[in-house]
Amino acid sequence: MENLLNAFVLLSNFVLVPAIAYGSQLALGALGVTLIYAVLRFSNFAHGDLMALGTTAVILATWGLQAAGIGLGVLPTALLALPVGILAAAVLVLLTDRWVYRFYRRQRSDPVIFVIASVGVMFIYNALTRFVIGTDERRFEDGARFVIRAGDFREMTGLAEGLAIRTSQVITVVVMLVSVAFVFWFLQKTRTGKAMRAYSDNEDLALLSGINPDRVVLITWIIAAALATIAGTLYGLDKSFRPFTYFQLLLPIFAAAIVGGVGQPLGAIVGGFIIAFSEVMVTYAYKGFLGYLLPEAWQPEGLVQMLGTDYKFAVSFIILVVVLLVRPTGIFRGRVI
Amino acid sequence: MTFLVAEEMTGGYGNGPDILHACTIAVDRGEIAVIVGPNGAGKSTAMKAVFGMLPLRSGRVLLDGRDITTLSPQERVHAGMGFVPQVANVFVSMTVEENLEMGAYIRDDDFSGTMEQVFALFPILRQKRRQPAGELSGGQRQQVAVGRALMTKPTLLMLDEPTAGVSPIVMDELFDKILEVAATGIAILMVEQNARQALNIADHGYVLVQGRNRYTDTGEALLADPEVRRTFLGG
Repeated sequence: MENLLNAFVLLSNFVLVPAIAYGSQLALGALGVTLIYAVLRFSNFAHGDLMALGTTAVILATWGLQAAGIGLGVLPTALLALPVGILAAAVLVLLTDRWVYRFYRRQRSDPVIFVIASVGVMFIYNALTRFVIGTDERRFEDGARFVIRAGDFREMTGLAEGLAIRTSQVITVVVMLVSVAFVFWFLQKTRTGKAMRAYSDNEDLALLSGINPDRVVLITWIIAAALATIAGTLYGLDKSFRPFTYFQLLLPIFAAAIVGGVGQPLGAIVGGFIIAFSEVMVTYAYKGFLGYLLPEAWQPEGLVQMLGTDYKFAVSFIILVVVLLVRPTGIFRGRVI
Repeated sequence: MTFLVAEEMTGGYGNGPDILHACTIAVDRGEIAVIVGPNGAGKSTAMKAVFGMLPLRSGRVLLDGRDITTLSPQERVHAGMGFVPQVANVFVSMTVEENLEMGAYIRDDDFSGTMEQVFALFPILRQKRRQPAGELSGGQRQQVAVGRALMTKPTLLMLDEPTAGVSPIVMDELFDKILEVAATGIAILMVEQNARQALNIADHGYVLVQGRNRYTDTGEALLADPEVRRTFLGG
């Protein structure tokens, strides 16, 4: 019995808890990507770097607040700085839309042209981030680091394995739930949210109904910028902030959006967790876990790790390819890219 | 003074050749006007021109005496026109009720009364109000489409082949509903493939051939005209 508990705690500590936190971050990123796809009809390659830029603004504001001695006690100061980052990201995407995407929208350009334009925007955001904050790793987490420490857990339960839950992980899940609940409420219940869905469903009929496309596009960008900043900040708190990792997040985020069904908000959430769990589970070494469950004679000699952590991006990539081959609409019957 | 007068409309798509040649269409409140004609006669084009989806090289469109020739389709919706396209005329992923709400998007007042009227006209929609419009049958979808257009309380309702792809029984039902809508004082302009049945309920019929008015008369008179019967109604 105790072996079983130890095995479960071990798995929770190294797989479940990290995957839930990582899944929440991917879900928020994928939700932004999918909303942009639903309304503006293109895959926004600049989303990862938008996350980086939004987070940069949050970090700068956090430093400012820390210097002024303002904090949230046990909670990270970054939460207080979040609105600043969201505002900065929103201004940035709205300017980008005005200077780049609006031109192509008026031309009624093909989606692929938007995608290429967004690649250009990605490089500019990327450079902007490096100009502003540099390429180094930044840690901006403060407040209490742990909700439960591994040592305390061991003492409390008397188990051999410890379960550590970090503040940033709890905050990630809570903020994700609040943000997703807000976005769904907005899309389902408000007039503007319904107009967004109508515009995504049938653009011509939406225009006939008097829905103002400029307003729909504006609101979509603001929501996407907010989601990107929140996702980026949570990721940075949970792991650390490096511009390059944010660029790399693009792959799992797109995989999540496509697995769930592009243009389907619920699909983005589900997809985020599928990708996160796959990535963490495939790269986890099960030696210790099996050690608790298997009799002495069957103990594995190797690490029982399916894939090295260096290859974690391969997991998203394989899932992406398989989904596109087998079920290109994704789980929730989204659009085919 | 007739309520809607589209006078001598001439125009085509983009820089292409003219599709309409001095085409005239008019309808009064509470009446039904039907545009019929062979394939490629410019029936739908004529209706699109009335709605501002086709730039006119000459001619004009008057709604209640006001010249609206230069208005965009969206502005014409505000001016009182309701348009039901032939295809993709509902929001498939949204519920019936949300479809009607989107129809009323331009209204800032309370539209629950209008929604009640639509439900009274199409009782099946009340039953299916929480169901996505994409899951409804063809006939029910057409009712959603007409209901959506009615939500702005239009003075002129334009229907592009409302009975395309529905069974004869559903077609008769739809025509009955259209008569009911007209009876509330709305002007109805309709393009129809099922010429005989459409002319049966029409106050005015416009037979177009190659973008020109060929015959114009009351629906009854056109049905009685041996020449129209022979050439367009199959005897």
